[in-house]
Amino acid sequence: MDQINFFPLWLSLKTASISTVIVFLTGVFLSYLVSRKEFFGKSIIEAVFLLPLVLPPTVVGFGLLYIFGKNGMIGKILIDLFDFQIVFTWYGALIASIVVSFPLMYQSASAAFKQYDKNLENAALTMGKSRWIVFWTIAFPLAWPGLLAGLVLAFARGLGEFGATLMLAGYIPNVTETIPLAIYFAVESGKMEIAKFWVIIIVALGFFAILWLNWWSARNMMKHNR
Amino acid sequence: MLTVHIKKQLSHYLLDVAFRVDKEIVVLFGPSGSGKTTILNSLAGLTKINDGYIKLKERYLCLKGKSLVPVQDRNIGYLFQDYALFPHKSVWENIAYGMKNEPFTRSLIEELNIGHLLDQYPHEISGGEKQRTALIRALATEPELLLLDEPFSALDEDTKKLSYEQLLAIQDRWKIPVLLVTHNSYEIEKLADKVLHIQKGMLQEIGS
Repeated sequence: MDQINFFPLWLSLKTASISTVIVFLTGVFLSYLVSRKEFFGKSIIEAVFLLPLVLPPTVVGFGLLYIFGKNGMIGKILIDLFDFQIVFTWYGALIASIVVSFPLMYQSASAAFKQYDKNLENAALTMGKSRWIVFWTIAFPLAWPGLLAGLVLAFARGLGEFGATLMLAGYIPNVTETIPLAIYFAVESGKMEIAKFWVIIIVALGFFAILWLNWWSARNMMKHNR
Repeated sequence: MLTVHIKKQLSHYLLDVAFRVDKEIVVLFGPSGSGKTTILNSLAGLTKINDGYIKLKERYLCLKGKSLVPVQDRNIGYLFQDYALFPHKSVWENIAYGMKNEPFTRSLIEELNIGHLLDQYPHEISGGEKQRTALIRALATEPELLLLDEPFSALDEDTKKLSYEQLLAIQDRWKIPVLLVTHNSYEIEKLADKVLHIQKGMLQEIGS
């Protein structure tokens, strides 16, 4: 076990945490806006948001390479303007994590904002509060259990991201080596003890995240049950 | 004083109504789907109208179908049919949410006798208590108009009678124009200064 390098744990936690924060903020606000407005093309926009959920990770990785690669639409601009490369860096792992976990957050948040009576927000508006205040005092707290579920799922998905990460960030030990990549390449090189160690770590992290979420939800669902 | 002419295309018919509410209780009476709640929502600013105007005191809230004042600036109290109490806030937090004047609100709490419930949550109180909480919450914003959407329908007979007395007492004291939607003919007899009968989007009779 003294062969274990803990860099994958650090990188996985870093990318999953940062991506969860980004995905939580964007997912919550976009799902709230879309759930409260009817507009032309709404179904198409929602389908685009949820697409990474049903696509193979290699397809997502291919798409990300197409956008962020050295000759990609955004990748080329970043290199030309800022000399900043995404491919083969940990930023690639971060972007892959964001893209694959966003649909889970978006879907959970959409469901959370639809589950309570919209008249609660209407009542708050008639009492003279701005939409911003109504969001923070009514919509957000009422949707919070669903938002938290989305947050935990997004974190777990970000932590477990493999295919798109491999295609965009590649496997560079101590640079882009997340836990799923460490498992894959440990198995490939016959280092089963190292693979087993990371499998146990990632199973434990996922298991306790879901266990905590279930416990928290059960406690809070009962608290203000109507 | 409220003067209204609302035109709005609904799925099966055109809602086209004009009426006026002074410092009195006006009852909007009619079958389900006749457009009663749409009228209340239009007045509150929760639904857009296609044409017409809404004038409250000297202020046009809507003119030629265009909203001039957003819902949060209309100063209209709205008691929803299911009360719409915030389930995650206590009775006091519900009431204080849009409160303008605490002594006035405390006097309403005393008058409607819910002082002992202030720390409770909506799921912990009875239907009648919820109705009184929602009424005080709407009044605590010191509205220029009070909209009541079938507020007594879920109450038992004794609680209904008590609620009628309380509404009459409040209206008598504060002289707030009240527009009340109901299906119940006894409520009309007991509460109405004026009755507007609506059917398929048209006001068919106006009586006192």
